[in-house]
Amino acid sequence: MFERELVIVGGGPAGMEAATSAHKSGVRDILLLERDQYLGGILNQCIHPGFGIEHFKEVLTGPEYADRVIKQVTSMPEIEVSLRSFAVHLTKDKVLTFMKPGILENVKAKALIMATGCRERTREMIHIPGTRPAGVFPAGLAQKLINIEGFLPGKEVVIVGSGDIGLIMARRFLLEGAKVKAVIEIQKKSRGLLRNIVQCIDDFDIPMYFSHKVSNIYGRNRVEKVSVIKVDDDFNELADSYFEIECDTVLISVGLIPENELIEMAGVEIDKKTNTPITEEVNKTSIPGLFVCGNSFKVYDIADSVSRDSAIAGELAAEYLRSLK
Amino acid sequence: MIRKLTCIECPAGCALLVEVESGKVVGITGNNCPKGEKYAITEVESPVRVLTSTVLTEGLPLKTIPVRTDAPIPKASLFKAMEEIRKIRIKKPLHVGNVITKNLAGSGANLIATRECLADQGSATQTI
Amino acid sequence: MNAYDIIVIGGGVVGTSIARELSRYKLRIGLLEKEEELAFGVSKSNSGIIHPGTQNPTDSLKGKLCVQGNKLTRKICKELGVVFKEVGELIVAFDDSGMEELMRLKKEGEELGVPKLEIVDSAWLKKNEPNLSDKAAGALYAPTAGIISPYRFAYDLGENAAKNGVEIHLLTEVQNINLIPENSTAEKYRFEVSTSKGSFRARYLINAAGLFADEISKMAGIDNFKITPRKGEEFLLDKNDEHMTDHLLFPLPTKTSKGVLVIKTSDGNPMIGPTAKEVEDKEDLSTTDEGLEKVLSSVRKMIPTINSNDIIAYFAGLRPASGHDFIVRYEDKVPGLINVAGIQSPGLTAAPAIALMVRDLLKKNGLTLRRKIFFHRHRRKTVHLFAVPLSETEKLVKKDAAYGDIVCRCEMVSAKEVTDAIARGAKTLDGIKFRTRAQAGRCHGGFCTTRLLRILADETGKKVIDITKRGPGSEIVKKDRRDV
Repeated sequence: MFERELVIVGGGPAGMEAATSAHKSGVRDILLLERDQYLGGILNQCIHPGFGIEHFKEVLTGPEYADRVIKQVTSMPEIEVSLRSFAVHLTKDKVLTFMKPGILENVKAKALIMATGCRERTREMIHIPGTRPAGVFPAGLAQKLINIEGFLPGKEVVIVGSGDIGLIMARRFLLEGAKVKAVIEIQKKSRGLLRNIVQCIDDFDIPMYFSHKVSNIYGRNRVEKVSVIKVDDDFNELADSYFEIECDTVLISVGLIPENELIEMAGVEIDKKTNTPITEEVNKTSIPGLFVCGNSFKVYDIADSVSRDSAIAGELAAEYLRSLK
Repeated sequence: MIRKLTCIECPAGCALLVEVESGKVVGITGNNCPKGEKYAITEVESPVRVLTSTVLTEGLPLKTIPVRTDAPIPKASLFKAMEEIRKIRIKKPLHVGNVITKNLAGSGANLIATRECLADQGSATQTI
Repeated sequence: MNAYDIIVIGGGVVGTSIARELSRYKLRIGLLEKEEELAFGVSKSNSGIIHPGTQNPTDSLKGKLCVQGNKLTRKICKELGVVFKEVGELIVAFDDSGMEELMRLKKEGEELGVPKLEIVDSAWLKKNEPNLSDKAAGALYAPTAGIISPYRFAYDLGENAAKNGVEIHLLTEVQNINLIPENSTAEKYRFEVSTSKGSFRARYLINAAGLFADEISKMAGIDNFKITPRKGEEFLLDKNDEHMTDHLLFPLPTKTSKGVLVIKTSDGNPMIGPTAKEVEDKEDLSTTDEGLEKVLSSVRKMIPTINSNDIIAYFAGLRPASGHDFIVRYEDKVPGLINVAGIQSPGLTAAPAIALMVRDLLKKNGLTLRRKIFFHRHRRKTVHLFAVPLSETEKLVKKDAAYGDIVCRCEMVSAKEVTDAIARGAKTLDGIKFRTRAQAGRCHGGFCTTRLLRILADETGKKVIDITKRGPGSEIVKKDRRDV
């Protein structure tokens, strides 16, 4: 076991911003753990524009936004970055166990910032009945398959939910030559940003069904079709409105869940509904010196707000470390 | 002809009613500020979009490199531009902002890299 | 042409149990499976319960085989390194007439030879199952009930059978069976089995084809039973609910079903279900809103606090039912044919006992069984990081760096476990999931699927576009953007 002033888990925009901000506040012994082989987190797969308008005062794509923050991190030699490093265990005394190829390490952090992001809500969480064929993807996984891995997951796509990732993926599939047959949203209006509705859906005349839900997924090996049904204000199905759409792919874009299993393991109080730490103040938890920032603190709409609030986490950690001396 | 548009200049999202005659805007209602007027004219008379996509590599650690046009291009040329993008194979390391294709699909805009791709990506930030 | 002393049709837990048992003897054995991996039929949806033997009529074959199988399974699990957890079961009654019924079940179980049965009262239940409904009057406690991972059991049986010489043919669907006339040139071979992968000959044919056993039997000339699929929908809860119950919980059984249960599973996630509904289609594995409603409302009678938001996965399986009992018989009208059919619950528990019964039927009907000098009884145990303490993980990581390379974050599965699973026979994403638990957690593969595709491609030499979820037709991606 070794000891560190500040350990940060997660090398996305939140973790990186917290690291540079802590550095600016005087912390000189920082370990930043990232499970992927690159820094940048989910920004690397968000190749679309719309990032940085507030934070950098210009319109950037996700990778460009990441690139700028990565350059800040790597310009600060006191921030030690460990890639392919996976946090697996955390105690209330802030002893963090992480693994990387060939190594299992325990690090005692005087202060700890968790910037572990979100996972996507799944088809299972909204209980869509039917079969379980290949071709049902969380929208973010489809995004990674196309943008990072260079594959086209499907050719005829139905998107469940009108969150931003789903809308953006509608345009992405279309530009790559797939057909997007419908976006199905159970609410009366979209949860996505206005510009995404206009530029991802309206631009390409993609049919969008509000107050509708996918009531069944069909297909033995690969998705063959879905059934769709209209719902009333209380989400009761309106039987006469039933119709089917043939497709080989269903994207699920129904929201994100903060990943806080490690701090829960350490004994931090978690709100079971939102899966976020119960706290009055931004980035704080019920354990002193243990902070949470970015999308694991709460689900943000845009990366710029993640950067803004994560900088506060860095300052809070610096302040906490000063208070120990 | 009346066209319905949603202004996206700000989150208010004004519903615009635009009167169009032979491709030109002759009247706009529904906007709460001057931005709406400008938006409507551009959207109707010469709509443009920044195109983002990824290009494939050969012999580099990343299989794909994300790209964008360095200026908005005519909406009508998006699919033609995509066809050109699909044919590109990057063989040499790139930095953010490097031009990959000049004057993409005759749009006047250049296609630029939005992510760094070094020959040996892994070791750049690996310190432990 | 492949010629065998024995062909086993069906690579589920019954077929692999039989193949492994017979691989002790000097016999040429072939196992034919129509899917791309073993256990992809009925076995993959099994709930994993090793039943003690209760809830079976005293004169039934399944009752006898279940009691015997409960003992044998423990031994085999030890030999193969399969985790067996003896959790015990409680059959819960809610009123006086229910308590009387429990007495009857206890007597019936004891007649079958089920050990250590005990009636426990509501005070015992309050102490030992605090989440159980206050209305529970008492329960029949069978401490010998256990849980295993049903698919890992089948995979490990198959692997061990193969180690002992059984030749396993996957994606090999039986299309036709011809009886070879006696005194023909092929002397001792009685069956010619045509499949999607060519023809096979056999002296003895063991039909363990699950849902399709009636069709296989008909091909061989015996049309005396019918398999009626009975669908069961199961719902898995989050691992956080692992200690919701400490035992398997059963309501009082009805004539056709053991009812909706609260099941502990080998990997920690509790499971609720199954439903029981006869269906026509032998491939109908769809879940329904009605199934979910039924399971929730039934289970809430036992555990009122169950939250539907904790459901992280659901699936359906089909029980290959034929009447109320198992069929394990030598068909005198077609010498050499043994039908092993109608193996519904408690088929997983009974499988090792069925294997012994098949062996005895073969012996009785003219097959000479000579033991091999050396039988590989043991199997190198599969490592699961989720099942060992971190101190053990640390040693493993030092031994092999790839144990430190975590692929699946929800279930903590390393690259080493994935490559090991592939080396032991995983060919598909589902095959990896069943063996390692990668993709089986909260995020359902949202995070690890891309990495698993790459590892599968690297290890098998396949292209990513050819990698499937569970066999041909279930490819994950449609196009590699490099292929123009």
